[in-house]
Amino acid sequence: MLTKRIIACLDVDAGRVVKGVKFQNLRDAGDPPELAHAHSESGADEIVLLDISAAHQRRATLLDTVRRTAKQLFIPFTVGGGIRKLEEAAAVFSAGADKISINSAAIENPSLITQVAERFGSQAVVIAIDAKRCPRNGAWEAFIQGGRMATNRAAVEWAREAESRGAGEILLTSMDHDGTATGFDCELTKAVSEAVRIPVIASGGAGSAAHFTEVFRQGHADAALAASIFHFGFHRISDLKQKLAADGIPMRWPC
Amino acid sequence: MIAIVDYGAGNLTSVKKALDWLGQSSVITADPVAVERAAKIILPGVGHFAATASLAKLGLQDAIQQAIGCSIPFLGICVGMQWMFEGSAESPETPALSLLPGSCERFPSHVKSPHVGWNQIQISDSSRLFLGLESSFVYFTHSFCAPVNEATIACCEYGGAFSAAVERDHAFGVQFHPEKSGEFGLKLLRNFCEL
Repeated sequence: MLTKRIIACLDVDAGRVVKGVKFQNLRDAGDPPELAHAHSESGADEIVLLDISAAHQRRATLLDTVRRTAKQLFIPFTVGGGIRKLEEAAAVFSAGADKISINSAAIENPSLITQVAERFGSQAVVIAIDAKRCPRNGAWEAFIQGGRMATNRAAVEWAREAESRGAGEILLTSMDHDGTATGFDCELTKAVSEAVRIPVIASGGAGSAAHFTEVFRQGHADAALAASIFHFGFHRISDLKQKLAADGIPMRWPC
Repeated sequence: MIAIVDYGAGNLTSVKKALDWLGQSSVITADPVAVERAAKIILPGVGHFAATASLAKLGLQDAIQQAIGCSIPFLGICVGMQWMFEGSAESPETPALSLLPGSCERFPSHVKSPHVGWNQIQISDSSRLFLGLESSFVYFTHSFCAPVNEATIACCEYGGAFSAAVERDHAFGVQFHPEKSGEFGLKLLRNFCEL
Protein backbone atom coordinates (compact mmCIF):
# COMPACT_ATOMS: atom_id res chain seq x y z
CA MET A 1 0.00 0.00 0.00
CA LEU A 2 1.20 3.50 -0.82
CA THR A 3 2.23 5.08 2.47
CA LYS A 4 1.51 8.60 3.70
CA ARG A 5 4.65 10.70 3.62
CA ILE A 6 6.17 12.68 6.48
CA ILE A 7 8.21 15.54 5.08
CA ALA A 8 10.75 17.57 7.03
CA CYS A 9 11.10 21.16 5.89
CA LEU A 10 14.24 23.24 6.31
CA ASP A 11 13.72 27.00 6.11
CA VAL A 12 17.11 28.34 5.09
CA ASP A 13 18.43 31.89 5.42
CA ALA A 14 21.92 32.68 4.14
CA GLY A 15 22.94 29.02 4.23
CA ARG A 16 21.63 28.22 7.74
CA VAL A 17 18.41 26.53 8.85
CA VAL A 18 16.29 29.03 10.78
CA LYS A 19 12.93 29.05 12.43
CA GLY A 20 10.87 31.98 13.56
CA VAL A 21 7.20 32.62 14.01
CA LYS A 22 5.79 34.26 10.88
CA PHE A 23 9.31 35.06 9.65
CA GLN A 24 10.06 37.11 12.80
CA ASN A 25 12.72 36.40 15.46
CA LEU A 26 14.62 33.91 13.32
CA ARG A 27 16.34 31.32 15.46
CA ASP A 28 19.33 29.34 14.23
CA ALA A 29 18.47 25.65 13.97
CA GLY A 30 21.60 24.31 12.31
CA ASP A 31 23.48 23.33 9.19
CA PRO A 32 21.23 22.19 6.29
CA PRO A 33 23.23 19.06 5.29
CA GLU A 34 23.52 17.88 8.91
CA LEU A 35 19.83 18.42 9.67
CA ALA A 36 18.70 16.84 6.40
CA HIS A 37 20.83 13.79 7.12
CA ALA A 38 19.59 13.54 10.72
CA HIS A 39 15.95 13.74 9.59
CA SER A 40 16.55 11.11 6.91
CA GLU A 41 18.11 8.79 9.51
CA SER A 42 15.15 9.39 11.79
CA GLY A 43 12.70 8.26 9.09
CA ALA A 44 11.74 11.37 7.10
CA ASP A 45 10.28 10.31 3.75
CA GLU A 46 11.41 13.44 2.02
CA ILE A 47 13.25 16.72 2.62
CA VAL A 48 12.09 20.14 1.47
CA LEU A 49 14.51 23.06 1.59
CA LEU A 50 12.94 26.50 1.29
CA ASP A 51 15.24 29.46 0.85
CA ILE A 52 13.82 32.47 2.67
CA SER A 53 16.91 34.68 2.20
CA ALA A 54 16.53 38.17 0.87
CA ALA A 55 16.64 38.11 -2.92
CA HIS A 56 20.01 39.84 -3.31
CA GLN A 57 21.93 37.28 -1.24
CA ARG A 58 20.00 34.24 -2.42
CA ARG A 59 21.80 32.96 -5.55
CA ALA A 60 25.27 32.96 -4.07
CA THR A 61 24.50 30.63 -1.20
CA LEU A 62 21.51 28.58 -2.37
CA LEU A 63 23.25 26.44 -4.98
CA ASP A 64 26.12 25.71 -2.64
CA THR A 65 23.69 24.72 0.13
CA VAL A 66 21.74 22.48 -2.26
CA ARG A 67 24.94 20.82 -3.46
CA ARG A 68 26.21 20.16 0.06
CA THR A 69 22.83 18.85 1.22
CA ALA A 70 22.18 16.63 -1.81
CA LYS A 71 25.59 14.98 -1.60
CA GLN A 72 24.70 12.80 1.37
CA LEU A 73 20.92 12.55 0.94
CA PHE A 74 19.35 9.50 -0.70
CA ILE A 75 15.67 10.29 -0.28
CA PRO A 76 13.68 12.76 -2.42
CA PHE A 77 14.86 16.35 -2.08
CA THR A 78 12.77 19.39 -3.05
CA VAL A 79 14.15 22.93 -3.24
CA GLY A 80 12.14 26.15 -3.38
CA GLY A 81 12.38 29.85 -2.78
CA GLY A 82 12.68 32.52 -5.42
CA ILE A 83 12.93 30.27 -8.49
CA ARG A 84 11.57 32.46 -11.28
CA LYS A 85 13.05 31.19 -14.54
CA LEU A 86 13.68 27.92 -16.32
CA GLU A 87 17.46 28.48 -16.16
CA GLU A 88 17.28 29.01 -12.40
CA ALA A 89 15.34 25.77 -12.07
CA ALA A 90 17.92 23.96 -14.23
CA ALA A 91 20.75 25.18 -11.97
CA VAL A 92 18.94 23.92 -8.86
CA PHE A 93 18.37 20.51 -10.49
CA SER A 94 21.98 20.18 -11.53
CA ALA A 95 23.03 21.07 -7.97
CA GLY A 96 21.17 17.92 -6.87
CA ALA A 97 17.48 18.74 -6.29
CA ASP A 98 14.94 16.14 -7.44
CA LYS A 99 12.02 18.54 -7.48
CA ILE A 100 11.60 22.28 -7.33
CA SER A 101 8.85 24.14 -5.57
CA ILE A 102 7.50 27.29 -7.21
CA ASN A 103 5.04 29.75 -5.69
CA SER A 104 4.96 33.44 -6.71
CA ALA A 105 6.59 32.94 -10.11
CA ALA A 106 4.00 30.32 -11.09
CA ILE A 107 1.09 32.67 -10.37
CA GLU A 108 2.76 35.56 -12.17
CA ASN A 109 3.84 33.40 -15.12
CA PRO A 110 1.87 30.11 -15.20
CA SER A 111 3.64 28.96 -18.40
CA LEU A 112 6.75 28.43 -16.24
CA ILE A 113 5.03 25.31 -14.83
CA THR A 114 4.72 23.81 -18.31
CA GLN A 115 8.26 24.81 -19.30
CA VAL A 116 9.82 23.09 -16.28
CA ALA A 117 7.52 20.06 -16.60
CA GLU A 118 8.38 19.58 -20.28
CA ARG A 119 12.10 19.69 -19.60
CA PHE A 120 12.33 17.86 -16.25
CA GLY A 121 9.02 15.97 -16.04
CA SER A 122 5.90 16.75 -14.02
CA GLN A 123 7.21 14.70 -11.10
CA ALA A 124 9.86 17.40 -10.63
CA VAL A 125 7.40 20.30 -10.34
CA VAL A 126 5.79 21.09 -7.00
CA ILE A 127 3.47 24.08 -6.92
CA ALA A 128 3.42 25.74 -3.50
CA ILE A 129 0.19 27.51 -2.59
CA ASP A 130 -0.08 29.74 0.47
CA ALA A 131 -3.80 29.93 1.22
CA LYS A 132 -5.82 32.06 3.61
CA ARG A 133 -9.54 31.98 4.25
CA CYS A 134 -11.26 35.13 3.09
CA PRO A 135 -13.54 36.47 5.86
CA ARG A 136 -15.97 37.87 3.29
CA ASN A 137 -17.01 34.71 1.46
CA GLY A 138 -15.30 31.90 3.41
CA ALA A 139 -13.33 30.72 0.37
CA TRP A 140 -9.54 30.34 0.42
CA GLU A 141 -7.41 32.82 -1.48
CA ALA A 142 -3.87 32.22 -2.76
CA PHE A 143 -1.19 34.62 -1.52
CA ILE A 144 2.31 35.24 -2.91
CA GLN A 145 5.54 36.97 -1.86
CA GLY A 146 5.79 34.99 1.37
CA GLY A 147 2.15 35.68 2.21
CA ARG A 148 2.44 39.44 1.84
CA MET A 149 0.47 39.84 -1.38
CA ALA A 150 -3.08 38.75 -2.17
CA THR A 151 -3.73 37.43 -5.67
CA ASN A 152 -7.53 37.40 -5.96
CA ARG A 153 -7.16 33.77 -7.05
CA ALA A 154 -9.18 31.07 -5.33
CA ALA A 155 -6.69 28.52 -3.98
CA VAL A 156 -8.76 25.50 -5.08
CA GLU A 157 -9.18 26.77 -8.62
CA TRP A 158 -5.48 27.71 -8.85
CA ALA A 159 -4.50 24.19 -7.74
CA ARG A 160 -6.65 22.77 -10.54
CA GLU A 161 -5.05 25.07 -13.11
CA ALA A 162 -1.54 24.21 -11.86
CA GLU A 163 -2.35 20.52 -12.34
CA SER A 164 -3.61 21.10 -15.88
CA ARG A 165 -0.43 23.02 -16.70
CA GLY A 166 1.79 20.12 -15.63
CA ALA A 167 2.37 20.35 -11.86
CA GLY A 168 3.16 16.99 -10.27
CA GLU A 169 2.29 17.83 -6.66
CA ILE A 170 0.71 20.63 -4.61
CA LEU A 171 2.40 21.87 -1.44
CA LEU A 172 -0.48 23.54 0.37
CA THR A 173 0.24 25.83 3.32
CA SER A 174 -2.53 27.21 5.48
CA MET A 175 -1.56 30.74 6.44
CA ASP A 176 -4.30 30.71 9.08
CA HIS A 177 -2.78 27.68 10.83
CA ASP A 178 0.93 28.21 10.11
CA GLY A 179 2.99 28.70 13.25
CA THR A 180 0.06 28.01 15.58
CA ALA A 181 0.76 24.32 16.38
CA THR A 182 -3.03 23.85 16.67
CA GLY A 183 -3.30 21.36 13.81
CA PHE A 184 -3.40 21.38 10.03
CA ASP A 185 -6.28 23.01 8.15
CA CYS A 186 -8.15 19.81 7.28
CA GLU A 187 -11.00 21.60 5.53
CA LEU A 188 -8.65 23.44 3.16
CA THR A 189 -6.60 20.31 2.54
CA LYS A 190 -9.68 18.24 1.77
CA ALA A 191 -11.07 20.87 -0.60
CA VAL A 192 -7.85 20.94 -2.64
CA SER A 193 -7.22 17.20 -2.43
CA GLU A 194 -10.67 16.45 -3.83
CA ALA A 195 -10.25 19.00 -6.63
CA VAL A 196 -7.07 17.50 -8.13
CA ARG A 197 -5.72 14.05 -9.00
CA ILE A 198 -2.11 14.87 -8.10
CA PRO A 199 -0.79 14.39 -4.55
CA VAL A 200 -1.36 17.14 -1.99
CA ILE A 201 1.15 17.90 0.78
CA ALA A 202 -0.45 19.59 3.79
CA SER A 203 1.57 22.20 5.64
CA GLY A 204 1.09 24.64 8.48
CA GLY A 205 -0.08 23.99 12.01
CA ALA A 206 1.54 20.69 13.00
CA GLY A 207 1.85 20.40 16.77
CA SER A 208 1.15 16.80 17.71
CA ALA A 209 0.92 13.30 16.26
CA ALA A 210 -2.89 13.54 16.40
CA HIS A 211 -2.74 16.49 14.00
CA PHE A 212 -1.03 14.30 11.41
CA THR A 213 -3.64 11.55 11.80
CA GLU A 214 -6.39 14.16 11.33
CA VAL A 215 -4.96 15.63 8.16
CA PHE A 216 -4.46 12.18 6.61
CA ARG A 217 -7.94 10.92 7.63
CA GLN A 218 -10.12 14.03 7.41
CA GLY A 219 -8.01 16.19 5.10
CA HIS A 220 -7.22 13.37 2.64
CA ALA A 221 -3.62 14.59 2.48
CA ASP A 222 -1.09 12.39 0.71
CA ALA A 223 1.78 13.84 2.72
CA ALA A 224 2.26 16.22 5.62
CA LEU A 225 5.09 18.65 6.14
CA ALA A 226 6.48 20.25 9.27
CA ALA A 227 9.59 22.17 10.23
CA SER A 228 10.23 23.42 13.74
CA ILE A 229 8.57 20.57 15.64
CA PHE A 230 11.20 18.28 14.13
CA HIS A 231 14.30 20.50 14.37
CA PHE A 232 14.05 21.36 18.01
CA GLY A 233 13.44 17.78 19.00
CA PHE A 234 9.89 18.22 20.29
CA HIS A 235 8.99 15.31 18.07
CA ARG A 236 11.41 12.82 16.65
CA ILE A 237 10.17 11.67 13.26
CA SER A 238 10.74 8.06 14.28
CA ASP A 239 8.44 8.47 17.32
CA LEU A 240 5.83 10.25 15.22
CA LYS A 241 5.82 7.51 12.58
CA GLN A 242 5.56 4.83 15.21
CA LYS A 243 2.48 6.55 16.69
CA LEU A 244 0.85 7.05 13.29
CA ALA A 245 1.52 3.43 12.31
CA ALA A 246 -0.12 2.33 15.58
CA ASP A 247 -3.06 4.58 14.65
CA GLY A 248 -3.48 2.61 11.43
CA ILE A 249 -2.04 5.24 9.07
CA PRO A 250 0.04 3.51 6.36
CA MET A 251 3.63 4.51 7.11
CA ARG A 252 7.06 3.57 5.86
CA TRP A 253 7.89 2.19 9.25
CA PRO A 254 10.21 0.67 10.29
CA CYS A 255 12.31 2.06 7.47
CA MET B 1 33.60 2.20 -15.59
CA ILE B 2 29.80 2.42 -15.41
CA ALA B 3 28.11 4.43 -18.17
CA ILE B 4 25.10 6.49 -17.11
CA VAL B 5 23.28 7.08 -20.38
CA ASP B 6 22.42 10.72 -21.07
CA TYR B 7 19.62 11.13 -23.61
CA GLY B 8 18.73 14.68 -22.68
CA ALA B 9 15.88 13.75 -20.36
CA GLY B 10 15.43 14.35 -16.68
CA ASN B 11 17.97 14.59 -13.97
CA LEU B 12 21.00 12.32 -14.07
CA THR B 13 22.92 13.79 -11.18
CA SER B 14 21.16 11.82 -8.45
CA VAL B 15 22.20 8.46 -9.93
CA LYS B 16 25.77 9.69 -10.37
CA LYS B 17 25.78 10.99 -6.79
CA ALA B 18 24.67 7.62 -5.42
CA LEU B 19 27.41 5.80 -7.38
CA ASP B 20 29.99 8.33 -6.12
CA TRP B 21 28.80 7.64 -2.57
CA LEU B 22 29.30 3.91 -3.18
CA GLY B 23 32.82 4.58 -4.48
CA GLN B 24 31.96 3.32 -7.98
CA SER B 25 33.49 5.18 -10.89
CA SER B 26 30.93 6.26 -13.46
CA VAL B 27 30.53 8.66 -16.31
CA ILE B 28 27.45 10.44 -17.67
CA THR B 29 27.66 10.04 -21.43
CA ALA B 30 25.70 10.38 -24.67
CA ASP B 31 28.48 8.74 -26.70
CA PRO B 32 27.42 5.35 -28.16
CA VAL B 33 31.05 4.16 -28.25
CA ALA B 34 31.53 4.91 -24.55
CA VAL B 35 28.25 3.10 -23.78
CA GLU B 36 29.22 0.03 -25.80
CA ARG B 37 32.63 -0.15 -24.10
CA ALA B 38 31.35 0.37 -20.56
CA ALA B 39 31.65 -2.40 -17.98
CA LYS B 40 28.02 -1.74 -16.96
CA ILE B 41 25.23 0.48 -18.21
CA ILE B 42 22.59 2.40 -16.27
CA LEU B 43 19.70 4.00 -18.17
CA PRO B 44 17.98 6.44 -15.80
CA GLY B 45 14.86 8.25 -16.74
CA VAL B 46 12.19 10.46 -15.37
CA GLY B 47 9.70 12.38 -17.38
CA HIS B 48 7.90 11.55 -20.58
CA PHE B 49 8.28 8.26 -22.48
CA ALA B 50 8.57 10.21 -25.77
CA ALA B 51 12.02 11.39 -24.61
CA THR B 52 13.34 7.85 -25.16
CA ALA B 53 13.01 8.48 -28.92
CA SER B 54 16.41 10.23 -28.65
CA LEU B 55 18.02 6.90 -27.76
CA ALA B 56 17.54 5.64 -31.31
CA LYS B 57 18.39 9.01 -32.88
CA LEU B 58 21.67 9.31 -30.96
CA GLY B 59 22.73 5.75 -31.79
CA LEU B 60 22.39 4.79 -28.14
CA GLN B 61 19.71 2.15 -28.70
CA ASP B 62 22.05 0.16 -30.99
CA ALA B 63 24.90 0.53 -28.50
CA ILE B 64 22.70 -0.71 -25.63
CA GLN B 65 21.40 -3.61 -27.74
CA GLN B 66 24.96 -4.62 -28.65
CA ALA B 67 26.07 -4.43 -25.03
CA ILE B 68 23.11 -6.46 -23.75
CA GLY B 69 23.86 -9.02 -26.48
CA CYS B 70 27.41 -9.27 -25.09
CA SER B 71 26.08 -9.89 -21.55
CA ILE B 72 27.09 -6.46 -20.24
CA PRO B 73 25.00 -5.83 -17.11
CA PHE B 74 22.28 -3.25 -17.77
CA LEU B 75 19.95 -1.45 -15.34
CA GLY B 76 16.97 0.62 -16.51
CA ILE B 77 15.42 2.94 -13.92
CA CYS B 78 11.82 4.23 -14.08
CA VAL B 79 11.22 5.25 -17.73
CA GLY B 80 14.49 3.39 -18.42
CA MET B 81 12.79 0.18 -17.27
CA GLN B 82 9.57 0.93 -19.17
CA TRP B 83 11.68 1.31 -22.33
CA MET B 84 12.79 -2.34 -21.94
CA PHE B 85 9.19 -3.35 -22.81
CA GLU B 86 7.48 -3.04 -26.21
CA GLY B 87 6.31 0.52 -25.66
CA SER B 88 4.10 2.75 -23.56
CA ALA B 89 0.58 4.14 -23.90
CA GLU B 90 2.15 7.47 -22.89
CA SER B 91 3.64 7.73 -26.39
CA PRO B 92 2.46 4.82 -28.55
CA GLU B 93 4.40 5.99 -31.62
CA THR B 94 7.77 5.88 -29.79
CA PRO B 95 9.59 2.58 -30.45
CA ALA B 96 11.16 0.81 -27.48
CA LEU B 97 13.78 -1.88 -26.85
CA SER B 98 11.20 -4.74 -26.85
CA LEU B 99 13.43 -6.96 -24.75
CA LEU B 100 10.38 -7.83 -22.62
CA PRO B 101 6.83 -8.61 -23.76
CA GLY B 102 3.91 -6.26 -23.11
CA SER B 103 3.62 -2.52 -22.92
CA CYS B 104 3.17 0.08 -20.20
CA GLU B 105 -0.29 1.40 -19.38
CA ARG B 106 -1.72 4.32 -17.39
CA PHE B 107 -2.92 3.65 -13.81
CA PRO B 108 -6.68 3.06 -13.57
CA SER B 109 -8.72 6.20 -12.96
CA HIS B 110 -9.88 5.23 -9.44
CA VAL B 111 -6.42 5.89 -7.98
CA LYS B 112 -4.57 9.21 -7.83
CA SER B 113 -1.97 9.64 -10.51
CA PRO B 114 0.98 10.01 -10.58
CA HIS B 115 1.82 7.27 -8.08
CA VAL B 116 4.16 9.28 -5.86
CA GLY B 117 5.75 8.15 -2.64
CA TRP B 118 6.99 5.12 -0.74
CA ASN B 119 5.22 1.87 -1.50
CA GLN B 120 6.05 -1.67 -0.50
CA ILE B 121 7.44 -4.10 -3.05
CA GLN B 122 7.13 -7.87 -2.78
CA ILE B 123 10.22 -9.65 -3.99
CA SER B 124 8.84 -12.67 -5.84
CA ASP B 125 12.01 -14.21 -7.16
CA SER B 126 15.48 -14.49 -5.70
CA SER B 127 17.63 -12.26 -7.85
CA ARG B 128 21.24 -11.14 -7.70
CA LEU B 129 19.86 -7.61 -7.63
CA PHE B 130 18.17 -8.27 -4.27
CA LEU B 131 21.06 -10.13 -2.65
CA GLY B 132 20.83 -9.54 1.11
CA LEU B 133 17.61 -7.53 0.72
CA GLU B 134 14.05 -8.30 1.79
CA SER B 135 10.70 -6.88 0.63
CA SER B 136 10.76 -3.22 1.63
CA PHE B 137 9.50 0.31 0.98
CA VAL B 138 10.92 2.11 -2.03
CA TYR B 139 10.28 5.49 -3.66
CA PHE B 140 8.15 5.68 -6.80
CA THR B 141 7.08 8.55 -9.01
CA HIS B 142 5.32 7.59 -12.26
CA SER B 143 1.97 7.67 -14.10
CA PHE B 144 2.44 4.58 -16.29
CA CYS B 145 3.36 1.08 -15.21
CA ALA B 146 4.65 -2.16 -16.68
CA PRO B 147 2.71 -5.44 -16.62
CA VAL B 148 3.62 -8.40 -14.44
CA ASN B 149 5.14 -11.21 -16.51
CA GLU B 150 7.73 -13.98 -16.37
CA ALA B 151 10.57 -11.43 -16.12
CA THR B 152 9.05 -9.85 -12.98
CA ILE B 153 11.23 -10.26 -9.87
CA ALA B 154 9.30 -7.83 -7.63
CA CYS B 155 5.69 -6.61 -7.67
CA CYS B 156 3.95 -3.57 -6.27
CA GLU B 157 0.24 -2.85 -5.72
CA TYR B 158 -1.35 0.42 -6.77
CA GLY B 159 -4.72 0.19 -8.48
CA GLY B 160 -3.64 -3.39 -9.30
CA ALA B 161 -0.33 -5.24 -9.46
CA PHE B 162 2.50 -3.98 -11.64
CA SER B 163 6.16 -4.87 -12.19
CA ALA B 164 8.39 -3.08 -9.69
CA ALA B 165 11.51 -4.90 -10.92
CA VAL B 166 12.35 -7.16 -13.86
CA GLU B 167 15.27 -9.36 -14.89
CA ARG B 168 16.19 -11.01 -18.17
CA ASP B 169 19.69 -12.56 -18.15
CA HIS B 170 22.03 -9.64 -17.35
CA ALA B 171 19.45 -6.92 -18.01
CA PHE B 172 17.54 -5.52 -15.04
CA GLY B 173 14.91 -2.86 -14.63
CA VAL B 174 13.40 -1.11 -11.61
CA GLN B 175 10.32 1.10 -11.73
CA PHE B 176 11.23 2.77 -8.41
CA HIS B 177 14.21 5.06 -7.80
CA PRO B 178 16.98 3.19 -5.97
CA GLU B 179 18.99 6.43 -5.81
CA LYS B 180 16.12 7.91 -3.74
CA SER B 181 15.12 4.84 -1.72
CA GLY B 182 17.48 5.24 1.23
CA GLU B 183 19.61 2.32 2.44
CA PHE B 184 17.64 -0.28 0.47
CA GLY B 185 18.24 1.55 -2.79
CA LEU B 186 21.96 2.03 -2.14
CA LYS B 187 22.35 -1.69 -1.39
CA LEU B 188 20.53 -2.56 -4.59
CA LEU B 189 22.82 -0.27 -6.60
CA ARG B 190 25.83 -1.83 -4.87
CA ASN B 191 24.55 -5.29 -5.85
CA PHE B 192 24.28 -4.15 -9.47
CA CYS B 193 27.76 -2.60 -9.40
CA GLU B 194 29.22 -5.84 -8.03
CA LEU B 195 27.67 -8.16 -10.66
